[in-house]
Amino acid sequence: MAAAKSPSLPLSRRQLLKTGAALGLGTAALGLRPAWANPWGQAAGYPQGVETGPDLALAIRRDTLPIAGKTARPISINGTSPGPLIRLKEGQDAVLRVTNLLEEPTSIHWHGMILPPGMDGVPGVSFAGIAPGETFTYRFPVRQSGTYWYHSHSGLQEQLGHAGPLVIDAAEREPFRYDREHVLLLTDWTFEDPASVFRNLKLGEGYYNFQERTVADFFVDVEKNGFADTAAQRAMWAQMRMSSRDIADVTGSTYSYLLNGHAPSDNWTALFKPGETLRLRIINGSAMSYFDMRIPGLKMTVVAADGQPVQPVPVDEFRIGVAETYDVLVTPKDDGAYSLFAESMDRSGFALGTLAPRLGMTAAVPARRQIADRGMEAMGAHGDMDMSGMDHTQMAGIDHPGMQGMDHSKMQGSDHSGMQGMDHSKTQGSGHSGMQGMDHSKTQGSGHSGMQSMDHSKTQVSDHSDMQSMDHAQMAGMDGMASPEAGTMLPVGVAQPGSRYDQAGVGIDPSERRVLVYRDLKAFTPWPDRRPPGRELELHLTGNMERYMWSFVGKKFSEVTGPIHFEKDERLRLILVNDTMMEHPIHLHGMWMELENGAGELIPRKHTLNVKPGERVSALITADAEGSWAFHCHLLYHMDAGMFRVVKVA
Amino acid sequence: MKSKTVVIGTGSTLAMLVAAGAQASDGYDAPANWPSPMAEHARASVLVDRFEYASPDKGEEALVWDFQAWYGGDVNRVYLKGEGENTQGDGEDAEFENLDLLYSRLIADFWELQGGIGYQGGIASNDHPERYFGVINLQGLVPYRVETDLDLRVSEDGDVSASLESEYDLRVTQRTYLQPRLEVAAAADEVPEFGVGEGLNSVRTGLRLRYEITRKFAPYIGGYWEKSYGDTADLARASGDATEDTGVVAGVRLWF
Repeated sequence: MAAAKSPSLPLSRRQLLKTGAALGLGTAALGLRPAWANPWGQAAGYPQGVETGPDLALAIRRDTLPIAGKTARPISINGTSPGPLIRLKEGQDAVLRVTNLLEEPTSIHWHGMILPPGMDGVPGVSFAGIAPGETFTYRFPVRQSGTYWYHSHSGLQEQLGHAGPLVIDAAEREPFRYDREHVLLLTDWTFEDPASVFRNLKLGEGYYNFQERTVADFFVDVEKNGFADTAAQRAMWAQMRMSSRDIADVTGSTYSYLLNGHAPSDNWTALFKPGETLRLRIINGSAMSYFDMRIPGLKMTVVAADGQPVQPVPVDEFRIGVAETYDVLVTPKDDGAYSLFAESMDRSGFALGTLAPRLGMTAAVPARRQIADRGMEAMGAHGDMDMSGMDHTQMAGIDHPGMQGMDHSKMQGSDHSGMQGMDHSKTQGSGHSGMQGMDHSKTQGSGHSGMQSMDHSKTQVSDHSDMQSMDHAQMAGMDGMASPEAGTMLPVGVAQPGSRYDQAGVGIDPSERRVLVYRDLKAFTPWPDRRPPGRELELHLTGNMERYMWSFVGKKFSEVTGPIHFEKDERLRLILVNDTMMEHPIHLHGMWMELENGAGELIPRKHTLNVKPGERVSALITADAEGSWAFHCHLLYHMDAGMFRVVKVA
Repeated sequence: MKSKTVVIGTGSTLAMLVAAGAQASDGYDAPANWPSPMAEHARASVLVDRFEYASPDKGEEALVWDFQAWYGGDVNRVYLKGEGENTQGDGEDAEFENLDLLYSRLIADFWELQGGIGYQGGIASNDHPERYFGVINLQGLVPYRVETDLDLRVSEDGDVSASLESEYDLRVTQRTYLQPRLEVAAAADEVPEFGVGEGLNSVRTGLRLRYEITRKFAPYIGGYWEKSYGDTADLARASGDATEDTGVVAGVRLWF
């Protein structure tokens, strides 16, 4: 641990303020916007208005700043909120001095960085945190490049704007070229105290959801779909005591969605010269909000995901989960303005900026879509649901506009209670003595078996695939982890049955425009560790929505007694099964997760994986980072409600 | 949850000790002076489900309340529940139909099992007869989101009674709710002093239309119908009260 920690404040407050002023002078002059959010962005190789490494100082403070036209009390970093762009170069040894001028402990986690465990910035896991008045010096070698971000890992500080972009310039030439770059940091700001947001989530039901289905909708639906189908669908959700409109826990009813710290009315503008190729580094630094990002009139070419280069994918729109980053290239040819439009997943609001050749221009703002209803995959995912007791044939005829990507024919006529016994014919091969373990509902205490089995029936990736997951589920029922023999596992890179990498998720209509899906992501070159996994570890994502308790394998962090163990240098497969009806962006600190999206040896690597409701997702991990690491859902309030574990590599 | 100890005492002395979830000794190898990465805190909440002025056809006008307050975590909580009324113009103090102090445990996703002591009477007033109960309660959501509270009481004299309260929120708009309510009371023993007969005592149904100005402040208007049965009805008649009545209410639902 190379922690060089100063026991007390080495600089006087006055000195610090002076430093801050020197660094943030332009900020004040421009109306307190982050200095890096310069309209001209940065021409390649010409950084300006940023904190450039390898050696820099950051002062964390509670400040009074305008946000969305009102006075707010965010946490600022060197005088701006969100904080400055930190720009490092691959190969440097970074020295980042963070001084806490708050009245409570703080921290900075460098999201997506591979670094020593003591430098990861998670209080209680990597270090003690930074006490008020103290300076902590982060030192780590920079051995990667790309678009990342940083944020507090203390309490709910991230919700107060304690976050900023982190860009690492590559030592060698990247596999794409561009003339200018802009960082687009998406955040969600609330004027409420984050602690009361959390309390409202814990104690209220659907507290921030003002897009629930009503009696009036019922009659509209009856007119459209007929009484029987409408009633049947409503009845199913009601029976489960859940809402099909539960897309986002915290919504535009309290959030102002910000682009680079600016509300839509600010018309934050990124400039370009017609014909230039722009690299847009999009970071979802919000606490709770997924966004669907598009620039009407421009094709975007995705060239990196979570900082790592991917083979170019031209798209019209992409969904960005909390904590994910995407780099896209655009080449606006016309001398006109374009909207940078990031719509929240529940359609309750949007972040907006303008891409234009001159300041003061605006483009047409797209209409927000209607909120979608969650479909069967979310229902089936929920642990409490008694699938066998429901008449699925009723579902088949219903026209669900919100259920894109669902193939109802797969549901039709399937007898879920009988599914557990199916697929035996497919499971030829080595002695599968664990057949009785196929009853997932028994081993997991959750009724997701119906959905899984369904997925199995349509997945033909391998004859063995069905048995794999069955075995795992059985194991998971014992100790939450599965370690079947290596010989019975899926080949490297193959998508798990139950994954939906070909779908962007709820509320996206793939026929409307070309939308990025996980299936599209292909690494530029294979990652160095080509070993197949030596074992599998299956973790279920679980929750009690009524109490707003979120957990892994049914246990909140406060209820588990120790870390998840990775053996040093082992290669393992992490399987995440979402038993809830919400998306969860799962983030592993310290190590990459190679997402097995079916791309074979070109599977992409990510620091944050979006796991959709009912989905089963797998990633390969090389456990080369000795030490303790945080592993959690990156929805801030889910994490604080218990969806957090420590992974110990030893 | 192993570190949680619940102590229930009689009267008003009830303490809940929630040991802070110290993680350091559990294989994390974190130094003792490091904080827990995710600290959980106990919370407290008060829900005043009904606070209303009731104007019956036959009976006396009354101020009616029904609240529950709790303190604790996700699984273990201490509840204080109170339901009562102050009949207007009778010169008497308010009467609590019940005032219960309960330990509550989450036993399933939507259900809490609660147990403790209950009180009936006028607090700090001799206007009403008093008695104490042992109470067992099952509170939660049945499928289709019907809010349900089922309780079983045994009084200090061994008299057994039970009651069921159900309400359902029908969402008319994003902020307007129509709420049907049902209350049924029954007893195994006759207790004339409290107007309780053996068997089915009473049924009370109501319908309230509420508008959420905020999630936490929602005024409402509504009406109800109530009827007492059997021995209970006889007792009511004997004391000159109506056995069947209807009324209108106006009030507010609050939580904080």
